[in-house]
Amino acid sequence: MSEIRIDIREKRFAAVAGGPERLVFRDFRLEVRDREFLVLLGASGLGKTTLLNIVAGLDTAFTGRVNFSGTKPRIGYAFQNPRLLPWRTVLENVALPLPEGEAGRASALAMLAEVGLADLAGAYPERLSLGQQRRVALARAFVIAPDLLLMDEPFVSLDEANAFRLRELLRALLERHPATVMFVTHDRREALEVATRIVTLEGTPARIARDVPVDPAVRFDAIRRGTVKKAAP
Amino acid sequence: MSGAARLAVTLGSLLALILAWQVAALLVASPLLPGPPQVVRAMIRASADGELPRNIAITLARVAVSFFLAMAIGSVIGIVLGRSKQLDAVFGPWVLVLLNLPALVIIILCYVWFGLTEAAAITAVAVNKIPNVAVTMREGAAALSRDLDEMARVFAVPRARALRHVVLPQLAPFFTASARSGLALTWKIVLVVELLGRSNGVGFELQTAFQMFDVPMVLAYALAFTAVVQVIEIALIQPLERRANRWRR
Repeated sequence: MSEIRIDIREKRFAAVAGGPERLVFRDFRLEVRDREFLVLLGASGLGKTTLLNIVAGLDTAFTGRVNFSGTKPRIGYAFQNPRLLPWRTVLENVALPLPEGEAGRASALAMLAEVGLADLAGAYPERLSLGQQRRVALARAFVIAPDLLLMDEPFVSLDEANAFRLRELLRALLERHPATVMFVTHDRREALEVATRIVTLEGTPARIARDVPVDPAVRFDAIRRGTVKKAAP
Repeated sequence: MSGAARLAVTLGSLLALILAWQVAALLVASPLLPGPPQVVRAMIRASADGELPRNIAITLARVAVSFFLAMAIGSVIGIVLGRSKQLDAVFGPWVLVLLNLPALVIIILCYVWFGLTEAAAITAVAVNKIPNVAVTMREGAAALSRDLDEMARVFAVPRARALRHVVLPQLAPFFTASARSGLALTWKIVLVVELLGRSNGVGFELQTAFQMFDVPMVLAYALAFTAVVQVIEIALIQPLERRANRWRR
């Protein structure tokens, strides 16, 4: 169970290197329901990543609070850059958040098989393509069986066919390992393909411009159009 | 170039150096520039009673102890200063002063303050080396990736595990760089320390040979010691570096 209540009274970034001070959030409220796939949609620089970092507990320099229902959730995070350890093998990267030992290696290997990279377990990340690195990052996020999955444009800089396959993989993984998801993107169609609810952010400080549930029929249409587009190069 | 070809070139290059030395010795024809055969004879003479290997072993032991002391203490200082801007502001200038203090001054002061003892000799060498290590490691610690640190925090990786898998591998290149330059610096300073205040070791033997103008003996010790350091470099440091870098593209 992971319900999140976000209440940010104020979040600002101090002026750095000649840039002005920035007010990112003021009196910002958002509730995320359990098992919801929430997409945060909006132009870059609005504070979407900041919001994820606040929820993750990485950014504590704000006034306000983030409440989780029940105990603190296990959080998996897929960053905008894969953030893998280049000096550790793919398998060691996925096993990093697990307790040391044979059991950890075994579940890391099983998770790698689920994302289709079992045969690259012994490779070093820099020898992988970006798409493969993103799969490893996805495996690392899922291997801890997260209650809450934070995803910051996890499929950006991939060609459309590749990104589509990864979104399909994400849907399949979530069916087997359900979790609450907060997913940041600036791509409307990507949002339609994966979300159960889309929150559109606008302005400075960021406010919620639209908050709409996604109609399964609309999503099916978006996925179908994605597939058609994928087939035509 | 294949491994065998590279080895052949290296050997050929060294052979040419020995040949040039022999030619120069023949042209000068003075006892102050002995040729390779005389130096080899001096080496055999010094090895016959076990003096040469014994003194090299003593010197190497001093190098090893002061090297590990300097690496350990220097790394801790460097990492602490690299992680804390405040501490660096206060103690950074101290490191700089120490870095620019001549080695000879540190050696003399150590002998004056602590007596002509083994401990004073080791301390003098280590203190000479510590600021170099600290400065290099400080660079490494200040350049640690924030992205990876955040990743480890989100995934709740325990401290010891994060240190081993996330932090130390980032410091490894800085560590090998300071070890590499450190070894060369350490053994040179150890010789000076021995020359000034010990009654054995390569430095002491060099001084004795110097007083008797025994140039073949000076060269014999110099070459034997250089050879040992080369072996350490090839057999120990290079394989370690290769191992640490095997993930690079």
